[in-house]
Amino acid sequence: MRYRRGWRPSGLGAYYLVLIVLLYVPILLLLLFSVNSNTALIFPLRGLTTEWYEAVLNTAGLLRAARNSLVVAAGSCLVATLLGTMTALLASRYSFRGKLALLGLAVLPLIVPFVVLGVSLLLLFSSLGLDRSLWTVGVAHTIVAVPYVLLIVVARLSEFDPALEEAAMDLGADYPTTLRRIVLPIIAPAMAAAALVAFTVSFDEFALALFLAGPDPTFPVYLFGQLRFANRLPIMIALAMAMMAITLILALLAERLRRSG
Amino acid sequence: MDRRRTFWLLLVPPAAWLAAFFILPLVLMALFSLRPDMKGGLLNFSSISLEQYAVLVTTPSYVRLLGISTAIALLVAAASTALAYPIAYFIAFRAGKRAVLYLLMLLVPFWTSYLLRVMAWKLVLGSNGVINSLLMTVGLRDEPLGLFLYSRTAVGLTLTYVWIPFAALPILAALQRIEAPIMEAAFDLGAGPLRRFWRVVLPLSLPGVAASFFMVFIPTVGEYVTPLLVGGSRGSLYGNIIQDFFTKAGNWPLGSALSMVMLAATVAWILLAARWGNIRQWLT
Repeated sequence: MRYRRGWRPSGLGAYYLVLIVLLYVPILLLLLFSVNSNTALIFPLRGLTTEWYEAVLNTAGLLRAARNSLVVAAGSCLVATLLGTMTALLASRYSFRGKLALLGLAVLPLIVPFVVLGVSLLLLFSSLGLDRSLWTVGVAHTIVAVPYVLLIVVARLSEFDPALEEAAMDLGADYPTTLRRIVLPIIAPAMAAAALVAFTVSFDEFALALFLAGPDPTFPVYLFGQLRFANRLPIMIALAMAMMAITLILALLAERLRRSG
Repeated sequence: MDRRRTFWLLLVPPAAWLAAFFILPLVLMALFSLRPDMKGGLLNFSSISLEQYAVLVTTPSYVRLLGISTAIALLVAAASTALAYPIAYFIAFRAGKRAVLYLLMLLVPFWTSYLLRVMAWKLVLGSNGVINSLLMTVGLRDEPLGLFLYSRTAVGLTLTYVWIPFAALPILAALQRIEAPIMEAAFDLGAGPLRRFWRVVLPLSLPGVAASFFMVFIPTVGEYVTPLLVGGSRGSLYGNIIQDFFTKAGNWPLGSALSMVMLAATVAWILLAARWGNIRQWLT
């Protein structure tokens, strides 16, 4: 019995390890080629360099695209967090007719194929005569981020005791005051975590942005356009690595906030 | 009294936003799919016809591609769910105190750019890629090995690879809900490890398995980015024709009809999924 138990976990552990290696090898290779002094991404390595990271700082279009991604992610995460939290409050603190329909509507973007969502928004903006821009990308990102915010904040709202709110109202606070002074402070960590998730969703997003970005694109769209130019690849990888680090830090921060909440 | 006013304040912004930027576009797309052509203004819906749907149904390649995309999505969802199951099992039952760390390690690549990870595979497998240049440097081969780049197989493999960490999450959640007394009861009643897994753990984790499957399947049916990156001319999926009609070809009515069919197919699958795993449960 003990012998068999000892053998089984190591088999599963080995499987886990193989998967981890497969997941990390391509990323480590990118990291390697971002500091290799060769424009072609081939072995043997030619030696350590920081020239690609320096080149990033001298490529205006690239920095502009990175800035655009930051702006769109920040804006859409703000709007999505507000709208998602409102929907979450409705979901857990009110009962009304059509509630299930509203909630279904709010999570549905999660399961509508992005290509469908992208082209339908393209149709809308074209029909309204609006040019494609960072705004149109940002609007699309709010729609796909709201479900995540909703699910994260609802989870927090269902955890804490409604008696706290009743107590506040018994003590004479009106409902908006109760929301502001009691509910919001309690769900704030969940909202922050949700905001960071919304940020990361937007920051990386490509399938929607390809349809909706104008001539001044976000980073993934810019990156896609540059993939044709093989000699610029190391610069792209260098910036992508830097942006990956940012996403990673944000994601870890979100996870920490969610756990502390 | 003021609770009622707050209700409207909370309801109107999200409802209006979703109506304007989620429902309205889909309605517009439905109307567009009924237009015979692109003539007239963008909002000219005077002549309504089912012409686009007729074109769609009578063009064998579209129907076939929808079938192929669905089949690939089913395969990818099945493969990534099956490959993710042991991972979730390992984290839930074998990792002990390090479970959080192991989960985090699995999720870190998932948090990095999709485009970048797909590109990374291309760098590994391409004819000038890492494997080939390594093989040639070491002297094992004189010419590049024709690895499976630019095909539907490449698309399927890449998608399976990127989905595995994601697919492990619902299974892990289901496994972590299995309470220790149930396992002890099975043990006390004399069930061996295999029997415990087959008769207790697996049935209890099936809702998580179903959730994983659909969470992978639904976005994969509409996938068009991965085929653009690793599919080449032979690797296109249904999503790519929609993309082409809206960008290169500029035939928006037909593109809309193709999108409507995909949307209908997806909704059908969601209804099926809702019968299996109770979606209501997640929300309330």
